Amino acid sequence: MMTMMQREVLWRDMLGTISHNLNREFGQLYALWLREFKVFVRERSRLVASIFTPLLWLFVMGSGLGSTNPTNTGANYQLFIFPGIICMSIIFTSVFFGSYIIWDRKFDFLKSVMVSPATRTTVFVGKTLGGMTNSLVQVAILLVVGYIIGIHFDPLSISQTVVIALILSFTLTSVGLTFGSFIESLEGFQLIVSFVVFPLFFLSGALFPINNLPGWLNILTQLNPATYAVDALRGVILGQGINSFQTDIMVLLFFTFVLGILGVLSFRKMKAI
Amino acid sequence: MISIKNVTKTYGNLTALDNLSLDVSENEVFGLLGPNGAGKTTLIHILATLIKPSSGYAVVNGNNILDDPCKVRSSIGVVFQAPSSDDILTGYENIKVHALLYGIPKEWREKRISEVLDLVGLTSRKDDQVKKYSGGMRRRLEIARGLVHKPRVLFLDEPTLGLDPSSRDNMWQYIRKLVEEENVTIILTTHYMEEADQLCDRICFINNGRITAVDSPAKLKETLSGDTIRIRFEDNVNQSTVLSKIEELSLLDFVHNASYNDNWLVITVNNANKNIPKILSYLDNVNWIEYKKPTLNDLFLQVAGNPMDDDDDAEGGFMERYARYDKS
Repeated sequence: MMTMMQREVLWRDMLGTISHNLNREFGQLYALWLREFKVFVRERSRLVASIFTPLLWLFVMGSGLGSTNPTNTGANYQLFIFPGIICMSIIFTSVFFGSYIIWDRKFDFLKSVMVSPATRTTVFVGKTLGGMTNSLVQVAILLVVGYIIGIHFDPLSISQTVVIALILSFTLTSVGLTFGSFIESLEGFQLIVSFVVFPLFFLSGALFPINNLPGWLNILTQLNPATYAVDALRGVILGQGINSFQTDIMVLLFFTFVLGILGVLSFRKMKAI
Repeated sequence: MISIKNVTKTYGNLTALDNLSLDVSENEVFGLLGPNGAGKTTLIHILATLIKPSSGYAVVNGNNILDDPCKVRSSIGVVFQAPSSDDILTGYENIKVHALLYGIPKEWREKRISEVLDLVGLTSRKDDQVKKYSGGMRRRLEIARGLVHKPRVLFLDEPTLGLDPSSRDNMWQYIRKLVEEENVTIILTTHYMEEADQLCDRICFINNGRITAVDSPAKLKETLSGDTIRIRFEDNVNQSTVLSKIEELSLLDFVHNASYNDNWLVITVNNANKNIPKILSYLDNVNWIEYKKPTLNDLFLQVAGNPMDDDDDAEGGFMERYARYDKS
């Protein structure tokens, strides 16, 4: 039988080990995030480019298509696509961010991470944290643009927007990392653009209402996680959501869970070199 | 410190490592030499748990690479052949990221980072982005990074590849310094014989995935048999005369070996500069004489085979391959 004191010592040891491991884990996540964040802050051209495209869509397509009024909601088209454009910037940033791992591998940075004691799961989560930060910065900039074009925000809608942005960017960074984990060439990047990024964007209802689509298109949009983010954002920002906020978030979290697991598994399977 | 047991690694038909066994003791500077494609880098990748051997196993610092890769990784530092630091980050940040990945406690993290930066002489440049570093500085930074968690074993894969001669000398000095100051076993790959000679306690030659020789540089050089003299005679000299001369010459104490083939008399001797006149005093009608001092490269060629036999594709990182591609 263990005495009380022995038991207490054992407990303290165990808690000590756990807290030590947690500390280490957080340190590793912080390290991976820090690297991504510094790169993001220093490579301003990336930020400028990724902000410019959404603005182009918002102002050129928003005003151009807006003049023909393709929506039957009667609302201002530019305002209508604004939530979609936020999602678009998240889609582009997150998926690309994930697939930048191809670069990391090409330049052997990844090897130096793989040879450290950090587990593959930690590396995966650290990367997605970096992707989420990047998306969030862009969303913040776009929200300011939204305010300028006449969207009214309140603290609730802003915090809901942040939640949606974080969930969507985690999901899509996972998608990017999954593809990046097995695509070896930089040419593969082009495939990701054509077969992942654009379909996610076009099939999300970012540019058109999805309640009146032909059957095949309807099915494809329903299978796209971004659809639920667009809908939730439209509800939060413009009050024009089809599903309730809770429903959208639940579906989105389901996608997050599945795609996150897929990402972790593909990272575990990924060759180190 | 490291014990490699019957490690084989095959890629399809290609055997990169062929039933290789090797032991490296603590605090040794151990050189792996061989031509491109000999399997040096594959061996390092296996020991660093980046790839798994097809068969066999290795124990690094008491941990089996197959059973406990995480523990192995904690106790080793690796400097890869191609640059693997992030050139957008500063030198300091690169090392800090790694210090965090290895879970170095906060209490001595900063102290250790400045210690390793100092060791490789980069303290004054620590806040510059790595893209402003020269090739040699970048390699030194990666050595510092590999040492930050006080590994028991440090792998240096071609530490002087692509450096100019003065940076190479410089790098050697830093490596010697870290041997003195850090309590660490070093496994170094190179295809410069000179480098192995300068830095290593023991050298292992690898060719086609097999070990062809292991010993200290001095012992290996002893196996080389002195200077080689080649002599050709006038046409009127007949073979029997030469053969009788060979017998005479073989009795001399500075002559290791003498033989006659293809009309060349080949003699290996100590100190050819001094002894050529003596040899000539035994011989008449000499038409031509030449001699060669053995270089360390001869040893390389003798033990490792002709490097031209192997193609050097698919080695090194992307940038390096890119650079080679550019040249060809």
